Amino acid sequence: MLTVLLVGFPLLAALLVFFTRGTAARSLAMAASVIEFVISLIALYIFKHNPDSPLLSFNCVWVQSLGIHFSIALDGLSILMVLLTTFLVPLIILSSYSNNYSNSHNFYGLILIMQMALVGVFVAQDGFLFYVFWELALIPVYFICLMWGGENRGAITFKFFVYTLFGSLFMLVGFVYLYNHTNVDGLKSWAIQDLYNAGKSLNANQQGILFWLIFIAFAIKMPIFPFHTWQPDTYVNAPTQGTMLLSGIMLKMGTFGVIKWLLPIVPLGLEKWGGTAIGLSVIGIVYASCIAIVQKDFKRLIAYSSIAHVGLISAGILSANQQGIQGAIMQMLAHGVNVVGLFFIADILLQHTGTREIEKLGGIRSMNGNFAVLFLIVLLGAVALPLTNGFVGEFLLINGVFQYSGIIAAFAGLTIILGAVYMLRSYQTIMLGERKDSNITFGPLAGTEKAVLIIICVVVILFGVYPKPLNDIAEEATRTILMVMK
Amino acid sequence: MKGLLIISGLGILAMLAEIFKFKKLLLPIVLLGIVAAYAFNYFEWANNLGLHYFDNMISFDNKAIAFSGIILATAFFWFILANDYFEEETNLVDHFALVLFALVGALMLTAFTNMTTLFLGIEIMSIPMYVLAASKKNDMRSNEAGFKYLIMGSFASAFLLFGIALIYGASGSFDILKIREYIGAHSTDMPMFFYVGVVMMLVAMCFKVSAAPFHFWAPDVYEGSPTLITALMSTVVKTAAFAAFMRLFLITFGEISEVWTGILAAVVALSLIIANFSAAMQNSVKRMLAYSSISHAGFMLMVIMANVRSNMSLDAIIYYSLAYSIGSITSFGILYSVTKKGNENISAFNGLGKRNPFLGICMTIAMLSLAGIPITAGFFAKYFVFTTVMGTHYQWLLILAVITSAVGAYYYLKIIIAMYFKEQEEETPVDMEGLNKFVVILTTVLTIVIGLAPGMVAEMFKF
Repeated sequence: MLTVLLVGFPLLAALLVFFTRGTAARSLAMAASVIEFVISLIALYIFKHNPDSPLLSFNCVWVQSLGIHFSIALDGLSILMVLLTTFLVPLIILSSYSNNYSNSHNFYGLILIMQMALVGVFVAQDGFLFYVFWELALIPVYFICLMWGGENRGAITFKFFVYTLFGSLFMLVGFVYLYNHTNVDGLKSWAIQDLYNAGKSLNANQQGILFWLIFIAFAIKMPIFPFHTWQPDTYVNAPTQGTMLLSGIMLKMGTFGVIKWLLPIVPLGLEKWGGTAIGLSVIGIVYASCIAIVQKDFKRLIAYSSIAHVGLISAGILSANQQGIQGAIMQMLAHGVNVVGLFFIADILLQHTGTREIEKLGGIRSMNGNFAVLFLIVLLGAVALPLTNGFVGEFLLINGVFQYSGIIAAFAGLTIILGAVYMLRSYQTIMLGERKDSNITFGPLAGTEKAVLIIICVVVILFGVYPKPLNDIAEEATRTILMVMK
Repeated sequence: MKGLLIISGLGILAMLAEIFKFKKLLLPIVLLGIVAAYAFNYFEWANNLGLHYFDNMISFDNKAIAFSGIILATAFFWFILANDYFEEETNLVDHFALVLFALVGALMLTAFTNMTTLFLGIEIMSIPMYVLAASKKNDMRSNEAGFKYLIMGSFASAFLLFGIALIYGASGSFDILKIREYIGAHSTDMPMFFYVGVVMMLVAMCFKVSAAPFHFWAPDVYEGSPTLITALMSTVVKTAAFAAFMRLFLITFGEISEVWTGILAAVVALSLIIANFSAAMQNSVKRMLAYSSISHAGFMLMVIMANVRSNMSLDAIIYYSLAYSIGSITSFGILYSVTKKGNENISAFNGLGKRNPFLGICMTIAMLSLAGIPITAGFFAKYFVFTTVMGTHYQWLLILAVITSAVGAYYYLKIIIAMYFKEQEEETPVDMEGLNKFVVILTTVLTIVIGLAPGMVAEMFKF
């Protein structure tokens, strides 16, 4: 029942917010998202004490004749992802306090609907339900980008929508194929366990086709090279909160999908094609890092760095060993927090100085020391310095990929070096040195801006120093997945 | 059956309205009549009568009743939408009568059990449509539309008739069940001209559902006809033609599917490709919706082509027709209000999200439904098609369907982008009359409701 609340509450709140006007909508959305976070903490507490608690799962028939159930449950992997979502959404809403959006009630309502769909994706235990939430998550973020995005938003959001829809439809075909092979006492079923069994009953060739049908949807969402072309433009043009939703949480739908809805279904397909997919991921890492180095716009730089990071996550997952997947889960959490922080910093830069161009900025540290410190902490988390939250995941990931193949790990490891290059260099240019343009000033941060950054910095350090609680859950979840795969 | 009689009676009544001066009452009477017809339909369903009438010429079994239900419901919404359209026209009653007679033909098509009833149904439905297409007497394009529709439609009817004659020549019967028996008994020694007859009927039916490559009339006719008549064509006429198509090919010619499924697969592939890519290039919304209707025809034909005679495939077509019909009613209803000033291009929708946020949301939902996005009805419709075809060896068509669906999303999004992204030069609010608003709300809600609970529709055929 608690899980139903997790999915249903944001939807109810969203409906309320749609009918509120002015700043009340913002406060209401903020309150709702904080309550949602509290609910997810309660769920975590229950999960820690009794993972099989009936409170955490719910199952009722949706369409009888088609074997579709509204079946949701929280397992180790889901709870981590749900926590990430419910933690980030309040921050995202808080970060919008300094922006003034027109029709803001629609804006916040859509964010909450988005949250509902995201939580739904993470808790779905029924293939069909998963697909529905998956597609549903696309619609609010599409409208957020279309209505409040930047200059060329029409064409860009359109590319984004069609691209992801294209991938999703392939996934639907794959799932339907799988569904046609399920057999539970003569009936077909959409339950995740039955889909797992159906997948394993197929031969290697069929699994290989299925692997690509499903993987392409996840690869586009993450995005993996060469399916990434929608991403930089969309990230740059979306309003900051939209970018945060896309990169912080929505991207994780793809990696989450690979872990839960791909690996256990087609273990043979993975054996056959996993190498190719890892190859693509690693190409993406090097390619995106190199492009990031030459970027002029800080927001675009982060967009490319995100491709590099997710490439490593994907390589780790596809290497399908304990360290790889566990590292991927940890890195998904860390990356979610860090990238939201970075995009927020890019937004703060734009708000305060009127530009995001790295070359034009300089010497901001001398104007606002606090901001420099906070920026540095988030940045170090992103480059995975030890004792920041990024380190654990990245270390495990490289470890996992190394077990798969030393050479690939060497290339994947470039992400750390290249990441340090473009991140530290942009920090150096933006924050240090002399002021390049005397017109550019940087006043003190607003209260909400400070609050968001401080919360993120605390998380970066806290889970860098003491990652154990999350790591334990991730380890257990990975073990379960690997068991199912055998 | 009683439903059919009631609608026929209403048609005659409508013609008398001018003489006996109850023009004002006509709309309520017609609406009540449709509701009554629907109720009788429902009664026959509940009792599972499935009686044969007129020496086995027509039979309202459950399949027929399901399709007539969709047709009657759509017609009900359509008449409400059309209320002010009729007020503008001087010769109001003629239009009422014509639409009602077209409806009679449509209902016959859902229930025929004899080739003559099939032909009669098609003609009774088509001839009023030819007239209605040309009903804007002073508009060049409307005249062109009517003329084109008449020529092409007659051409298709001739094919149909010739096909029926050839089949009669071989089997010696017009009765679809007797023909079926004949096929069963003579599976090896049927004359060549029997197969020619089947293919000719296939071509004629493809004309009627406007599947590529027999679709060339559709865009011109859709564009030229008055918007509401276009709405009627793309909902009622289309559903009826599909009901007939399915009845004919799944019941009568189901046993010799190897003759026609190959051709139909090519038709489906062409419909999906040509329609979606052409639609993406249109500026006129009506033309775009015409091409979109061709692509939806391709989807529905896929189920017939799969030739799986199961409840699943029946449900698939019925659900698809319903989802498509209500989505079209919403979009045409809004299109009608938006294009009243004469601009029928996509730019007419510019800034609708601001000019009338409510219509913007309804149009968005309709477009998402036509594009097949959850949680709308269109998504389940597409899903049913996928599951039905997945079990056959036409899986390559599914991949094609996926690719063209993504193209399809392009042109539906074009309207959404126009509504929320493009600015309108003059900020004129778009008004919609109360009754029309009611229809648009109802169909939008219905789109979501049957999208959320497809079980209501999808589990109709429990045998």
